[in-house]
Amino acid sequence: MTSDTSLPLLEGRDLTVSFGETSALRGATITVGTGEIVALMGPSGSGKSTLLHCLAGVLVPDAGSVRIGELELSEASERKRSAFRLRSVGFVFQFGDLVPELTLVENVALPLQLNGVRPREADARARSVMADLGVLVVADRRAGAVAGGQAQRAAVARALVHRPKVIFADEPTGSLDTVAGEAVLDALVSLARDAGTSVLIVTHDNRVAAHADRLVTMRDGCVVAPDMASVR
Amino acid sequence: MTVARTLLGLLEPAPAHGYTLKKRYDAHFSRLKPLPFGQVYASLARFERDGLAETQGVESGDGPERKLYAITPDGVTVVEGWMYSAEEPTAFASSTLFAKTALALLSGRSARAVLDAQRQMHLIRMRELTESRRLVGATEVLAISYELNHLDADLRWIEEAGHRLDALHHGLKGQANDL
Repeated sequence: MTSDTSLPLLEGRDLTVSFGETSALRGATITVGTGEIVALMGPSGSGKSTLLHCLAGVLVPDAGSVRIGELELSEASERKRSAFRLRSVGFVFQFGDLVPELTLVENVALPLQLNGVRPREADARARSVMADLGVLVVADRRAGAVAGGQAQRAAVARALVHRPKVIFADEPTGSLDTVAGEAVLDALVSLARDAGTSVLIVTHDNRVAAHADRLVTMRDGCVVAPDMASVR
Repeated sequence: MTVARTLLGLLEPAPAHGYTLKKRYDAHFSRLKPLPFGQVYASLARFERDGLAETQGVESGDGPERKLYAITPDGVTVVEGWMYSAEEPTAFASSTLFAKTALALLSGRSARAVLDAQRQMHLIRMRELTESRRLVGATEVLAISYELNHLDADLRWIEEAGHRLDALHHGLKGQANDL
């Protein structure tokens, strides 16, 4: 298959998901370009997180398709989707989701080790990314013993360390105060741009969305507003 | 009033000529529009008239004479009193956007279009400010943050107004019938 470089990196088309009688997604369509930062906004219950889970291959939609690069994610087996996520996707969640018993550097190195990188190299690369994010000084502390802002920066490092094609961030600063949140977001956006990594940020916070190149709005399971023109 | 009090306060660290005072003001507070010279000199003349500042010396040179102004103890008292007096929170109670939204509803036009247009403008401005924030010093970051927070508050009102348009429409119609 030849790759069409004019296509967006990520495309979710006519996605439909229901949980019992509740329609979470009703024909939602969204694209994310290579290296683009997109904010996905909408009120609670609008389908933002469900859409993110479909695009990340965590949730198989009832209808519609998801393509990332050349892979039709929605048609792939769970094994293939899992392998793809491990290699090419990074996640940042609201509460970091670090393993509290491991040190920060062990948490950050995990994606590399799961991809077959040797422990010593994984440790070195993890520390390098942590230095970029200003958390190298607490690298050897247990994840459960550091401040929220530091833990979230480590979560960003973990999402970036294996140089994924795309990062999915679900309310990445939701648990932080304004100053800590701005610092985490600045770091995520800056490092992602440097690496050419696409980022899809789910947020209800306008100040978070202001970091994005483009804003997509959802309501009642649908993408309702046309994508705003990029200002970059 | 705010500009005048700020200019007076900027004399406290050190006396200054009008030109120097304007440069101090512009460096900290005039990101978008430098203060006109006329406003600075008019303010200094009023300060001197009211005993809040005094001339400490006059320099002659190639151009016009340059007066050196210093704040007086009365001036310091005025600045402190102003600094520690909270602003009336009702400053934000009236809103052009609310008026436009209400008028759109009363005239049968699309109030949602009014809100959407304003939301777009606000979001574009927030992006510009967020981008510029990375390139400036600490004082400017705080000034930008102030503007961002106000834009954010407006956007949250716009979101809420969007949810309440039907109720607002009924309420306005009721008020119009009563008049």
